[in-house]
Amino acid sequence: MVAQDAHAHAGPQGFIRKYVFSLDHKVIGLQYYFLALAAVFVGMFLSLLMRIHMIWPTAILPLVGEIRPETYLQLLTMHGTIMVFFVLTTAPQSGFGNYFLPIQIGAPDMAFPVLNMLSFWTTFVAFVVMLAAFFAVGGAPLHGWTGYAPLSALTNSGPGEQLGADLWITSIAIFCIASLMGALNFITTVLDLRAKGMTMMRMPLTCWAWLITAILGLLAFGVLLSAGILLLLDRNLGTSFYVPLVVVNGQVMGHKGGSPLLWQHLFWFFGHPEVYIAILPGMGVASQLLSTFARKPIFGYKAMVYAIMAIGILGFVVWGHHMFMSGMSPYSAFAFSIMTMAIGVPSAIKTFNWLGTLYKAKIRFQTPMLYAIGFVSLFVSGGLSGPFLAQPVLDIPLHDTAFVVGHFHLIMGVAAIFGMFAGTYYWFPKMFGRMMNESLGRIHFVFTLIGTYCIFMPMHYLGMAGQPRRYSQFTEVAYLQHLMPLNRFITYAAFVTIAAQVIFVINLFWSMFKGPKASDNPWESTTLEWTTATPPPHDNFAGHTPVVYHGPYEYSVPGAAKDYVMQTDPAGVTAH
Amino acid sequence: MGLALLVIIWLITFFSTYFFVAQTWWLPHGAAKAAEFIDHQFALTYVLMGIVFVAAQGALGWLAWKYRDDGSSRKVEYSHGNTKLELIWTTLTAVLFVGLNLMGSHVWASERFEPAAAGSVPVEVTGMQFAWYFRYPGPDGKYGRTEAKLMDPSAGNDAAIGLDTTDPAAKDDVVTGTMYPPVKREVDITLRAVDVIHSFFVPSFRFKQDAVPGLAIHMHFTPTEIGEYEIPCAELCGLGHYKMHGMLHVVSQEDFDKWLAAREAEKQ
Ligand code: HEM
Ligand SMILES: [Cu+2]
Ligand SMILES: [Cu+2]
Repeated sequence: MVAQDAHAHAGPQGFIRKYVFSLDHKVIGLQYYFLALAAVFVGMFLSLLMRIHMIWPTAILPLVGEIRPETYLQLLTMHGTIMVFFVLTTAPQSGFGNYFLPIQIGAPDMAFPVLNMLSFWTTFVAFVVMLAAFFAVGGAPLHGWTGYAPLSALTNSGPGEQLGADLWITSIAIFCIASLMGALNFITTVLDLRAKGMTMMRMPLTCWAWLITAILGLLAFGVLLSAGILLLLDRNLGTSFYVPLVVVNGQVMGHKGGSPLLWQHLFWFFGHPEVYIAILPGMGVASQLLSTFARKPIFGYKAMVYAIMAIGILGFVVWGHHMFMSGMSPYSAFAFSIMTMAIGVPSAIKTFNWLGTLYKAKIRFQTPMLYAIGFVSLFVSGGLSGPFLAQPVLDIPLHDTAFVVGHFHLIMGVAAIFGMFAGTYYWFPKMFGRMMNESLGRIHFVFTLIGTYCIFMPMHYLGMAGQPRRYSQFTEVAYLQHLMPLNRFITYAAFVTIAAQVIFVINLFWSMFKGPKASDNPWESTTLEWTTATPPPHDNFAGHTPVVYHGPYEYSVPGAAKDYVMQTDPAGVTAH
Repeated sequence: MGLALLVIIWLITFFSTYFFVAQTWWLPHGAAKAAEFIDHQFALTYVLMGIVFVAAQGALGWLAWKYRDDGSSRKVEYSHGNTKLELIWTTLTAVLFVGLNLMGSHVWASERFEPAAAGSVPVEVTGMQFAWYFRYPGPDGKYGRTEAKLMDPSAGNDAAIGLDTTDPAAKDDVVTGTMYPPVKREVDITLRAVDVIHSFFVPSFRFKQDAVPGLAIHMHFTPTEIGEYEIPCAELCGLGHYKMHGMLHVVSQEDFDKWLAAREAEKQ
């Protein structure tokens, strides 16, 4: 007892050390979460302006004024960049991961608390720099979130390509540094700080997902960082990494001999793993919740772990599927497309196993579970358009059309967002000590699920019909005219879906202060965060170190007193 | 709520599938040689993926409803999975995905690994913010020299691509803003870009290829039907991307010869 008490350290006093420059992984997790929440609202607002401009190109909007074609592209760039970096990379991994990874493995904090604080505040600076691009002379850049050179490497290729583009690249570079720090911290924590009995194969699938995501981040963000620095050099010091001899509007530029494809290779070497960075934590949450609310062990725990690993490894050898039409050697397309099809296999395994988990279960439909099931549905829908795009011949008509926009929004955008919603509804009681409102949760779910399908499913039809992406308006191409009714439908659906998010915000903030008090384990889950107080004390387990006896998903064990056996319960689960 | 989920998921599945099956919005009518095969491969992929889609969503909705907690004393099956099933579906998906892929590869190979056949019509395509220019080498079969410092986009055509008129090979080059290929002959295109990346996209031909500054990319296609086809730029190239739009007039061999002769005559 004495030895254990020595571990218990008092939390910091004073507002600044407690809530601002906190070293507590739980506070840092929440800081990330709220940063992402702010970012998702900015990103969503931008997408609404885009959709409005697409169908009413000449409208003058209150407060915003006229959206011109270049403004559209600036909104597009900022929407994509903010969503990918500050929402999808920030909340699922750095937000929930920070808060729950240490608790789920029975650790008192992350391995390097100071590094953790630094990585949050670095991310915060990156976000501020990103937003500053809006206010730069010339505005935000218009080169899209992929920033293809030479468009992004020249300062006279369009509005926003001056200071705005420099800020954009700088922000991403800062973000990379923050993510590298975070990744190191996650990996070390998992490897070194697991409680007694918490073997790797007893970790919840969320922890596996956070671990593999961190490894992907460690390998991918370093490359993006270097690529970004080279881009800054091309723009400001006249180097020619990405720019050959080019003539912009009659003006011969000083560059010579660079390769535009180099940027694409470097960018997608980061970019493809990035989509898994966005989605793996969601997969982890979905697995955890499906098992919990189905009251049944996850189907094929080991297969799930191997599938995450396989996705992680294969994720680094498929980047060329973004470049089939780029002028890259057509021979390499073969290799990239076979690898891409191969990565579909572990993804399919996960889907089968989620369905297998529901078979002969006893499902409780609380809001977190609704979102987990929605996640599976979206993952299937978004996943099945992949085998189209992965075949180079079919990518010919589909590449850079709305089909791709539909595909990646379903699987990476909205599925990941569903993972976040699921996580929010599930862990809210632990984080804030109160329950969220179930009825509001359900209404929010129904609107969001139907709404997102109404927005993104029709984009596949548009893409097949040949509607290119990143078009600010469709007035100049004759064959696009008959697609306008569908485009209008999408915009209306976006209005409704975005409006429905108000329900979530109300539920979130109202419940934080007024929700009914939560017990320590309201969902009757088995993992370690549910063994400690609500909200958890500063060192997570109040000086006591948990000991783990079982795998994470022991539900409905025959002969057990209740229909769940906590991981810390010494009483037997005979088989495992 | 289990029933509600079933209804919602099934309705979404039904409507999504309906518009695919009804082909309300579909690939535009194919008008080049590659279209037939690509459309076939597309249809095949779409049938297979469609089956998986309906099966998976159908199962998801059904399981959610069937195995809802209805308050009864029904026992949950305590199981950690089934390795045999796991192996079966892993193998099946692997065969399905890789097999599909291999089936599609020969068209890719024939379009991209082999150069255009002898006797095809050479055309050089140049993309710049925000226009396409097409150049025919003329009777000598040779493209004349172009110079970066001669490029003047505001003057259009010859000047836009920086054609050096002192080069004898340039004398008979014809540069236009609209492409006129003859029908049923292979067109041997050389794709270039002068400023940023653009993409030459002809939906009706199932053709797309980026034009990259610093590269001359060789491609070929064979139009099969006379008509007018649009070329919307498919790679973000700046503020005018949405209006970077070219036209392709596929004409008969006679009309093509007449048209080219007239352009040559204008040059003299
Ligand atoms: C409120 C729901 C959303 C709507 C209505 C929406 C709408 C759009 C639209 C209209 C585009 C432009 C398509 C084009 O012109 O090519 C776009 C692009 C994009 N969106 Fe979203 N979006 C939403 C949510 C998200 C989310 C959650 C993500 C997170 C991954 C996301 C990531 C992106 C990315 C990466 C791009 C590409 C930007 C680029 O082309 O550079 N979006 N979105
Ligand atoms: Cu990818
Ligand atoms: Cu363009």
